[in-house]
This record gives sequence, C-alpha cells and structure tokens, in this order.
Amino acid sequence: MDDYRNSAFMFVLGAIVALFVTVQCIVFLRKAWQEGKRRGVPEEKMRKTVLSSAVFTLVPSMSILLTMLTLSGALGLALPWIRLSVIGAITYELPAAEAAAQATGASLMGAAVPVDVFSVIVWVMTLGIMSGPIFIIAYFKKLQGKVNKIKAEDNRWGALLVSAMFVGLISSFLGSALAGGVVSILTLFSSALLMVICIQVEQRAGLKAFKDFALPLSMIGAMALSILYSGLLGG
Amino acid sequence: MTDHAAKKNSIINNQSGNAAYEVTIHRMGRIWMSIAILVIFAVPVSISLFFNTWPAAGPLLGGLLPIMMIYVPIGIIEVITFSPMLGSGATYLAFTTGNLTNLKVPCALNALEITETEPGSGQGEILSTIAVATSSMVTNLVLVLGVLLFVQLTPILASPTLQPAFENILPALFGALGYLYISKNWKLAVVPVTLMVIIFLIVPTAPVGILIPVSALSAIGAARLMYKREMI
Repeated sequence: MDDYRNSAFMFVLGAIVALFVTVQCIVFLRKAWQEGKRRGVPEEKMRKTVLSSAVFTLVPSMSILLTMLTLSGALGLALPWIRLSVIGAITYELPAAEAAAQATGASLMGAAVPVDVFSVIVWVMTLGIMSGPIFIIAYFKKLQGKVNKIKAEDNRWGALLVSAMFVGLISSFLGSALAGGVVSILTLFSSALLMVICIQVEQRAGLKAFKDFALPLSMIGAMALSILYSGLLGG
Repeated sequence: MTDHAAKKNSIINNQSGNAAYEVTIHRMGRIWMSIAILVIFAVPVSISLFFNTWPAAGPLLGGLLPIMMIYVPIGIIEVITFSPMLGSGATYLAFTTGNLTNLKVPCALNALEITETEPGSGQGEILSTIAVATSSMVTNLVLVLGVLLFVQLTPILASPTLQPAFENILPALFGALGYLYISKNWKLAVVPVTLMVIIFLIVPTAPVGILIPVSALSAIGAARLMYKREMI
C-alpha cells in the first residue's frame, strides 16, 4: 500500500474537520458579537479582544505545530492535524498515541506504523478524550445554573469564587514550573519581570500596545531567554 | 414615565434579554457539541471503513484503559473547573477545539485583563466567547499552514537551538499571567502556590492536569475562610 497515512483520503478528512471547527467558531463569534452589541459592550472592546487573542494565540500554536511534527513521523501529517484541531491537547495526543501503539506492540519512535496499528491508535485517541464533551452535553447547563445561583445569592463571593479558580489554575502551573529545574524557574521569573516592564512602559510612556500585547511579548521574551539560560547552564 | 421607572424597566428588559441569550447559547452549544461528537467519531469510522481495518478488542482495550483512567476524570474536572471562568459560549467552543490549559483559558484571561472586564460578568461572557472563537480559528489557520509548509517548517521547529524555548513555553506563559493575577489577588494565591510547590517538590513528575482541581479547591477553601473572616 502507498503511504496511506498521507493519502488524499486522510487530507480530505482533515479538511472536513477543520471546516467544521471554523464554521462553529464563526457561528459562535457572530452570536456573541450580536449579543455584545445588545448588551452595550463597546465595539472597540470586542475588536481589541479579536486582535489581542489572535496575536496571543500565535506563540502557543507553535508548540501545537511541534506536537504535529513529533507525531507525523509515525502517523503521517493528516491524523495529527485532525486530532490537534479538535478536543485534544498537546498534553493528551502524544501519551494517547503512545499507549495505543504499545498495546499493539508497536512504537511511535520507529518509522510508519502498519495500517492495523494506525486504526487502533485513531480509535484510542478519539475515544479516550470524549468524557469532557459528553459531560458538557449532560450536565453543563445544570452546573452553570448552580454557579449563577451562587452569584445571585452573594455577588461578591461569586466573583471571589471565580477569581479563586483562576488563581488555583495558575498556581498549579507556577508550582510545576518552580519545581521544574533552574531553567524553568528562570524562565518563569523572566516572564513575570517582562510583564512588569511592559506594564511600566505602558503607564509611563502611554504606549497602549504594550498593555494589549504584554502577554505575547513577555512570553516570546522569556522563551528567547530560556535559550540563553539553557546555553549558559548547559541543560 | 419617571427616570427611575424607565431605568427599572431597562434593567428588567436587560435581565430578560441576558436570560434569553443563556437559553439560546445552551441550545446552540448542545446542538453543535453533539454534531462535533458525530464528526469526531466519523474520523475513525471512515478510516476503518476506507482501509477495511477495524481494531481488535484486545489492543483497543489495552490502549484505551490506561488512557481513560487518567483522562476521563480530567475531562470532567476540566469542565467543572474551567466553565465558570470561561462562561457558556466559550465553554462549548473550547471543549470542541481543545488545548484548554495551554491556550484557550489563558487567551480568555488575557482578553478580560486587557479590556478590564470582570471574569464571570455579562461582558466577560461575551468577550471570552469572542476570544476563544478567534483563538480557535487562528490555531486552525496555523495548523493548515503547518500542513502546507511542513517541509519548510520542519528544520525550524526541530532545531536543537530552539528546543529550550518550546520546552519552557508553559513557565513563559504562566510567569506573566501569574504576575497579572497574583499581584491583584496575592492573598488568594498564598495557600495554592505553597501547596503546589510542596507537591511538585515531593513528586516532580505529578501530572498538572490532575493537580489543577486540587489547587483550585485549596484556593476556594482559603478564599472562603478569608471571606468569612473579612480578610479579603
């Protein structure tokens, strides 16, 4: 069989999935925009959200591309493209594909996997991640109702609850980075320091762009510094 | 009609409009999520039909069980943890397009921060939906470009010089984001950051996905205690 992994059939499947996701995004974006206008959200705020989100996304998307590259050796280009377009994440796709390959006695580290192994990998990657979407269809509306009830009963506590969740999420990654070795710690603090600098520049020089793009600027700067730290520390 | 009565009517109309949006977005979200599940399932079904190779039960279960043991609870916990932050529209979208912790949630947080909008508010619901929709479309575009320019991009992405940058993308993201949120809510951060550092020092390989709810619960517990004692 020719390289089935990179066949036209696989890329057609990829195009269908990418098209579906894009259409869904446009539908939700349009709905939110209309509702924003009705609620009196300034159009400038909505435009700023679009621009800053688009710019911010570029940096983390590079690591998604890197995962596609890692998986492409054994699985071809189309399947990682499909999988990274929907539900999954860079932290999920690789372990899921690895576990499926191992269950068949194959490895992702080698060359192209045979088509029967490929089939097992596709099914495992698809089925293993479905709990979130199924849970959303079954329970999300009820869950949202409960959160709204808490907010209605005590608005200040409702706002604090959401803030505490944010801080909890961020803290788990801070803990992971702080325990992740010297380069990781230096990168973390460099990123925080660059954010402070961006905010100061915005406040003192009145350059709004430094606030709007502070996060991608801090990220790119810290990632560049991590190359330097790694070279200096040899790790 | 007096000014007061007009204002009251406007608030009532606004509240009923917001409630109508909530109903619509949940209906839309459930329909789109159901179609998404069908589309996602259509991929392995089509591959098995086209190549005439269905997975045998043994290898399928052998691969699936260890993955499901970890990712079924994570999937459910992510919905519970992230949905109050993201709001309704963004949750339906983010759980279709994935990459929540490393992309969609920080993207929504960033959008709320730079527009000075309170998370979980009416405006926050709208702006986080716009942020996640935009982010998902850009990721899609980047992936398409990645497929089209694969040969040209491979040497750059695989360059050993750039590897430390890609390996440290999460510290680079959460350092800046951490400063933004923790400088405003430092009292909320003391307990979860301390707890997470201790856990990661004891078990450096602990999966972050599983520890997010532990960290969030400790932050909520500490917040509740401080709120009751009027410390925050």
